[in-house]
Amino acid sequence: MSALSRDEVAHVAMLARIQLSDGELDRLAGQLDQIVGFVATVGEIAADDIPPMSHPLPLENVTRTDEVRPSLTPEQALAAAPRAEADRFAVPRILDEE
Amino acid sequence: MTDYTRMTAADIAAALAAGETTSVEVTQAHLDRIAEVDGDVHAFLQVDAEGALATARAVDEARAAGQELGPLAGVPIAVKDVLATEGLTTTAGSKILEGWVPPYDATVVAKLRAAGMPILGKTNMDEFAMGSSTEHSAYGPTHNPWDLDRIPGGSGGGSSAAVAAFEAPLAIGTDTGGSIRQPAAVTGTVGTKPTYGGVSRYGLIALASSLDQAGPCTRSVLDAALLHEVIGGHDVMDSTSIDAPVPPVVEAARKADVKGLKIGVIKEISGEGFQPGVKQLFDESVQLLVDRGAEVVEISCPSFEKGLAAYYLILPSEASSNLAKFDGMRYGLRVGPEGVASPSAEQVMAATRDAGFGDEVKRRIILGTYALSAGYYDAYYGQAQKVRTLIARDFAAAYEKVDVLVTPTAPTTAFKLGEKLDDPMAMYLNDVATIPANLAGVPGMSIPNGLASEDGLPSGFQILAPATKDERLYQVGAALEAALQEKWGGPILAQAPELAGKADAR
Repeated sequence: MSALSRDEVAHVAMLARIQLSDGELDRLAGQLDQIVGFVATVGEIAADDIPPMSHPLPLENVTRTDEVRPSLTPEQALAAAPRAEADRFAVPRILDEE
Repeated sequence: MTDYTRMTAADIAAALAAGETTSVEVTQAHLDRIAEVDGDVHAFLQVDAEGALATARAVDEARAAGQELGPLAGVPIAVKDVLATEGLTTTAGSKILEGWVPPYDATVVAKLRAAGMPILGKTNMDEFAMGSSTEHSAYGPTHNPWDLDRIPGGSGGGSSAAVAAFEAPLAIGTDTGGSIRQPAAVTGTVGTKPTYGGVSRYGLIALASSLDQAGPCTRSVLDAALLHEVIGGHDVMDSTSIDAPVPPVVEAARKADVKGLKIGVIKEISGEGFQPGVKQLFDESVQLLVDRGAEVVEISCPSFEKGLAAYYLILPSEASSNLAKFDGMRYGLRVGPEGVASPSAEQVMAATRDAGFGDEVKRRIILGTYALSAGYYDAYYGQAQKVRTLIARDFAAAYEKVDVLVTPTAPTTAFKLGEKLDDPMAMYLNDVATIPANLAGVPGMSIPNGLASEDGLPSGFQILAPATKDERLYQVGAALEAALQEKWGGPILAQAPELAGKADAR
């Protein structure tokens, strides 16, 4: 279960939106296979009746009254944008032209 | 002439309150020290001399006008670069955020400003707080002030090194798996991870949201307590913030008494397999606590052995989600793929994330994405969450028998820069003693407990208390600190090598 191939690493990197060079893939694949082998040892604990714990605190959804409060101005919000146009973030196209 | 950089924050605060000095004088002394030694240490990514002196002047004027000020007003501080600072570049040690200037302050930073504490600058760190050595910073490593060829610990190596090198009396760190405590151990400083939810995470660039916790990096237990009370408390901007008063940590630090307390030595992390000098110092520290009236009990926490594996599934899983926002669309770096005339958003994201993230971040994002993918979720992430439950149960059972638990903070003293850089598994093992506290959300503290016999480098003693009982860390920590300083004849950093003039020698 723990073996992680170079092709799988390339596939997961694509899912995570990280483009890797061949050299990076070679280096990371070996290390990740070793790490996955180690972390897979969590399977050695028999825990069928143990409830999973996702968080140290019992979480409650936080709701607030629907009212206008001070917030960032459009200029502040866009100040760090790589590109902005007409009070909006300018991003590359998402859909193909066809 | 008094050297303000050698004083504790509590002593600086007392001198300021007594009118013996000014915040401008103290702040300038630290800025001068940074100018003198940071070329060698590289604890800071950015120094804000102008901003720090402006705050110092304002505090001095307020004091002169007779205004009531907080206990640390006028005492300068350094802040880990993972906390948003309005108007001051915040990079989390990553190229993907190079030059990003937040339009708002993290709550911790806002509290420091409200307390009148001049912010000296932003400290170096492993990229997005991933690492145990501060070698994974995109801006170059920080060097350990005890030996400039060694690591200062990680991910908060910059904060701890700044405090150890007398560049700042206080610093803020964040601890996801030990990133305040382990750097404290290897630099001879005090580091506290408060109870999860005890200090607001609003404005802290998230690594793993269920584990991250900001806290104090200092040179004394009392200083840590004073800073803890400044930054702690409920915050409506953080839904995981505990709605309860800050525990009485300053009072506990001043009490410094362990008579009648029960201290549990965790069998599974009590030094077996640790560096011999580290184990020896741990045993001696336990004996000092016994000499001061504590009762010591051996406690077994069998699930802790799987804590490291569970952590390296939970952290990457949460990180892969938290770091998805760094996509080159709204802020930070944007890179187009080579040779593509009109790239799509998807191609730009992939190229940006390849160019902007370092190896360790890529490793963990890919690992997290893999652990959360269909077919593996139950075996990896689901099973890790069950280990987390078992660890919390081990803690709960232990605290029925004892008041605090203790371990060495890290298995070794500071290793050499570059030694473990190509071996991520060896790096991960450094966190074995600190991680269980993050998984269960309990508070932990590391205090310096001596220099290891084989290399003369600092070692740390870890104290772990039940959730929301942070005051016990301070009570036990201050008692041990007093016993150790009596033995050494002063603070451990008095034994650290002088840094001034090192640049010429290297």
